[in-house]
Amino acid sequence: MVTEKEIWQHLDDVFDPEIPVLTVADLGIVRKVEVSPKEITITITPTYSGCPAMQRIESDIREKISEVVDIPVRVTLVLAPAWTTDWITETGKKKLEEYGIAPPVDEPDKSVLFAEPIVVPCPKCTSKNTRMISQFGSTACKAHYQCNDCQEPFDYFKCLR
Amino acid sequence: MNALFEYLLRVGDDSLILGHRLSEWCGHGPILEEDIAMTNIALDLVGQATSILKYAGEVEGKNRSEDDLAFLRFDRDYRNLLLVEQPNGDFGMTMMRQFLFDAYRKPLFEQLTNSSDSQLAAIAEKSLKETKYHLRHSAEWTIRLGDGTEESHQRVQEALDTLWRYTPEMFIDDEIESELRKTGVTFSVEELHASWTKIAKEVFDEATLVIPDNNWEQSGGRKGYHSEHLGYILAELQYMQRAYPGMKW
Ligand SMILES: [Zn+2]
Repeated sequence: MVTEKEIWQHLDDVFDPEIPVLTVADLGIVRKVEVSPKEITITITPTYSGCPAMQRIESDIREKISEVVDIPVRVTLVLAPAWTTDWITETGKKKLEEYGIAPPVDEPDKSVLFAEPIVVPCPKCTSKNTRMISQFGSTACKAHYQCNDCQEPFDYFKCLR
Repeated sequence: MNALFEYLLRVGDDSLILGHRLSEWCGHGPILEEDIAMTNIALDLVGQATSILKYAGEVEGKNRSEDDLAFLRFDRDYRNLLLVEQPNGDFGMTMMRQFLFDAYRKPLFEQLTNSSDSQLAAIAEKSLKETKYHLRHSAEWTIRLGDGTEESHQRVQEALDTLWRYTPEMFIDDEIESELRKTGVTFSVEELHASWTKIAKEVFDEATLVIPDNNWEQSGGRKGYHSEHLGYILAELQYMQRAYPGMKW
């Protein structure tokens, strides 16, 4: 019988459809893997409520794991505890940066209405002299920044807590 | 009447209708960044509506899915605030509507994260994280436009004058609220109102905007009495399911 550990290893081959360098494990959205003789259950949690990639991720996981086991694979979605960018693994953050997306930096809680602007280093030249163009970027999870030194426009994977 | 079901429709329909309104800006934003911002927020709201209406369907126990509730109810069965169905108007009007709403939703979700209903608490925890971003965005624009040029100030002040009458509806304390409060599902409407007022005052001061000194009030959405605008929204939102019942893609 397949083990839980093996399932986790196979999940390393399931990639985020929008940021294809990250695996679902890197993103920290796989919350639980349960193996029984009759069924494999994988519990995932969405990044953002309306993230259109979730359905795709769900079916990609089911497809991938179904290739290696011959019992039904069930993927369930839970909302609590709510996903936070703190769950992105260190490897995941490194991969983001190499891909040209600035990984989330330690941001103060946004219950403060007007927080101080944060420093997001440029993923291309590492300059800290960057500016936010828009809080909302190409997907729900990203903000849009530009480097004042090398002029590179880049995505910032914004901190969600 | 199932109080929890009614309550979930209120929260879910607010998200759905405002999400739909914002999606109307897709391809029409004044600048590309705002086009993207408004559609991102729309996506969050429609996502929230999906979770909430799905749960509403389970609570009701009549086998209705989130899609059934969104696409197959008539206007009188919708429970959203009149505020969220108001037309987009100009960008200033849209931002003012958004700010008035975000400033209400943030403290609401803060309350609901402590709900005795664990599913509602989970949805609130998830939505709160997103709502903080929304509020920061709409508050910044309210200030930028209010404390901006003569024209931007005038337009956004007009938006406030127009929309102010729809805000008391957010804080109506009725039998649904009081019943759910008994079991700790929901919390004090009065405290919610106080939190909202604090945020609104702080931002309007900064924005040099003046709260209208009349007490005109328009409400009805929570009971299913809507303005004519909702019918047009539903005509668009529900068209495919009405024209081709049960279609999937
Ligand atoms: Zn740079």
